[in-house]
Amino acid sequence: MSLLDRVRALLGDEAVDVAATPDGVPRVAPASPDAVALLLGTAREEGWRVRIEGAGTWLAADAPADLALTTRRLDKIPAIEPQDLSATAEAGIGCDLLRQHLADRGTWLALDPPGLAGRTLGSIVATATAGPLRQGFGPVRDHLLGVTFVTGDGRLVQSGGRVVKNVAGYDLTRLEAGAFGAFGVIVLIHLRLRALPRADQTLVLEGSREDLTQVAEDIAAAGIQPAAHELMSPALARRERWLLAIRFAGSGALVAAEEAGLRAATGGRFAPLRADEGHSLWMRAAESFAARPVAFRIGGLPDSSDELLDLLQHQVGDEWISASPAIGAIRWGGDATIDRLKRLRRTLAGLEVPLTLERAPWPVRSAVGHFGAYREGVGPLVAGLRRTFDPGEAFVVAAEGAE
Amino acid sequence: MVDTLADIVGPRHVRTALPERLTYAKDGLPTHRRVPGVVVLPGSRDEVIAIVRLLGALGMPFVPRGAGTGLSGGALADGDAVLIVLTRLNRILKIDARNRLAVVEPGVVNVRLSLAAAPHGLQYTPDPSSQTACTIGGNVAENAGGPHCLKYGVTATHVLALEVALADGRVVELGSPGGEPWGPDLVGLFVGSEGNFGVATRITVRLLPIARAVRTLLADFTSLRTAGEAVSAVIASGIVPAALEMMDQSCIRAVEDSVYAAGYPRDAAAVLLAELDGGHEAAVAADAATIEAVLRAHGARSVLVAADAQQRERLWLGRKKAFGAMGRLSRDLVVQDAVVPRSTLPDVLETIARIGAAYGLTVSNVFHAGDGNLHPNISFDGRTPGLRERVEAASAEIMATCIAAGGTITGEHGIGLDKLRYMPLLFDGDSLAAMRAVRHVWDPEERVNPGKVVPVHACREWSGVRSAEWGMRSRGSPVDSALRTPHSALDSEAGVR
Repeated sequence: MSLLDRVRALLGDEAVDVAATPDGVPRVAPASPDAVALLLGTAREEGWRVRIEGAGTWLAADAPADLALTTRRLDKIPAIEPQDLSATAEAGIGCDLLRQHLADRGTWLALDPPGLAGRTLGSIVATATAGPLRQGFGPVRDHLLGVTFVTGDGRLVQSGGRVVKNVAGYDLTRLEAGAFGAFGVIVLIHLRLRALPRADQTLVLEGSREDLTQVAEDIAAAGIQPAAHELMSPALARRERWLLAIRFAGSGALVAAEEAGLRAATGGRFAPLRADEGHSLWMRAAESFAARPVAFRIGGLPDSSDELLDLLQHQVGDEWISASPAIGAIRWGGDATIDRLKRLRRTLAGLEVPLTLERAPWPVRSAVGHFGAYREGVGPLVAGLRRTFDPGEAFVVAAEGAE
Repeated sequence: MVDTLADIVGPRHVRTALPERLTYAKDGLPTHRRVPGVVVLPGSRDEVIAIVRLLGALGMPFVPRGAGTGLSGGALADGDAVLIVLTRLNRILKIDARNRLAVVEPGVVNVRLSLAAAPHGLQYTPDPSSQTACTIGGNVAENAGGPHCLKYGVTATHVLALEVALADGRVVELGSPGGEPWGPDLVGLFVGSEGNFGVATRITVRLLPIARAVRTLLADFTSLRTAGEAVSAVIASGIVPAALEMMDQSCIRAVEDSVYAAGYPRDAAAVLLAELDGGHEAAVAADAATIEAVLRAHGARSVLVAADAQQRERLWLGRKKAFGAMGRLSRDLVVQDAVVPRSTLPDVLETIARIGAAYGLTVSNVFHAGDGNLHPNISFDGRTPGLRERVEAASAEIMATCIAAGGTITGEHGIGLDKLRYMPLLFDGDSLAAMRAVRHVWDPEERVNPGKVVPVHACREWSGVRSAEWGMRSRGSPVDSALRTPHSALDSEAGVR
């Protein structure tokens, strides 16, 4: 029996989507967490190599594999609880659709990841790609209450729950967030929500990078706490010069007070955007990263942001940059060779700054790896965890790369 | 072994005499008691590493312990284990105001870090009620919470990097000062692992600016249900208070009868203590006015806004010392910990009251209402025959109630020994087995804090090929069977080694 016949027998004809795969790898779309478990249990028995896909808009669907497992039919939203500010959604739900359902119930997921609006929730969690709102609301892991995932040998494992505080058992949710699928296919996600902000205002200032870096420092020193505080390269912002964009979100009183504080701290240099202009700025910037073949993030310290931007400019160029200087997080997009990326990662490692490759064609990510070489003593821990969750090495994930 | 330990830390810091070891036989929970075989108090990270290596070579189990304020029996060691007490590792190694972070040793007392950071306009936000005694290392092990975690997040949100001595004495560095992991988020996995993955010897935490404006409100209610409903209304208002705490009448009276009397109305069925903070006086005042209106619209009999810092501190002192005040009610106090969806608070609080009445027990509630994080406290005298068993049975029913409401069995105290038996109510055999397998990656021999967190008997076998049985397997509720499982969580004196 062929692989496809086996899958059809297991999950039914509608689960197999051969025509849509550009590289001829059979694509299977299980419609439930149990079906994912069934499929991966069989993959383990048969020795199939599996690549994990969402909507296919962030990580390219190009890893060599025997089959592609897409979460696109895991698209239900079992619960939205406005009174508890929590929701439960399957991993394959598109974020645009989820966002709309949440807004209809007066709630908000304070994440603005890079990529197209229809990126799946599972993709965002698996790659831990937060956007500018990480300044005010933290990284992806801070928005998760729990996940259910399926291991490489077909076990359904649950972690966390749907309440906002939970220390029952080890925090496998944080392990899954940002592991790029190395420890399992995330199928169900419990989310921490916020009330839809009553006021949401973006203000911008154009200038030289040096000038805006100083302004960003002044803002942080003044104790202003924006939801987003992002330094964007001219190409990303579609402006002549660099752009510092500040976003305040919350109650009307808070946003008004923060705006007044910003005016006082910067001499009224920032220009407020209309709501549609603000929305468009953030959305276009996020989508720009999906149009570049490579994206990575680095996590430095606030006082090293300028030095790190210089380094990027020198080694890989600074055409597509989005940085949160007040927390030291930088995202870079563009095109870069394997050698350049490896050299940059080595340089950054010398500065104690990790580089996580978020997006690249398979030849690049398999050579560079999402994480590269681990620090001393950490490699055996990660290898042990991979053996635990994927004993048959079913998942095709370029975690370490070929160093 | 004792001689070698003495060579490492000095004879003064190795405790072998029974009266000395008895000092460490309990933590903050009175219902579990274990006497450690040896107690050792290292004074530096190098000494910790040397001890762990020695015990690794000898194949001996050990338990890391901070100040012993935990409430799950999590830092207790049996007679065959060495207790490594980390309170002498109490140095704040660095405060980096520019980058808003601090590097500390595990034995630093929580509140000391905030005091040290205050001159820089910064604070360490997680504030467990025991913050004047508990250590940052213990907070990391338990992923501790506190009242102000409603707005600012629990310990895991604030830990950036760790240096960890693994079970065999190898030392690894996890995370980075900027918070971006080097690979998978092993810091996130380590925090809350209750000492099962090794000993944190150095901890890098995030500091946050001290709020420039604060408003503290005390609302009182004539029914517990109304107070619970007001909590949901506050959360739904879109304004996130820094803290939203509830105390019921039994707790209010205990506080008012103590030296910590805060001026809570003694006839109230419940009070809510709400705090708003931020960087702008006008904004905080406006948000506080909104919350005050919400509280009044949802049944508050009166709302008091603290007039000054002194009154605010008094209101908070009553809350923070409530557990101590309740300790005066009877000889023993079991502080329980569970979380429910916030919208279920009114129903769950009523059910808990019914459970207490059915067992003839005094149950007081003081808890983090904004998070739905309950602390039903049972006051009792453990010397009364049969009373411990009733406390145990009532606790089990309370846990089952919280799980049935969609909640969990612990929000900040951890599993330790106390909650082991409830884990199968929450997790199926595969999920528990996954946790145990993860533990084996860090500690293959299960020597670090053995017997905690994961109930081994409930784990499904992990190794081997899974058969394709998922669609057909039974998903019967594990609640009934787990509650029928014989156990002895409340250790008797006879059980002490």
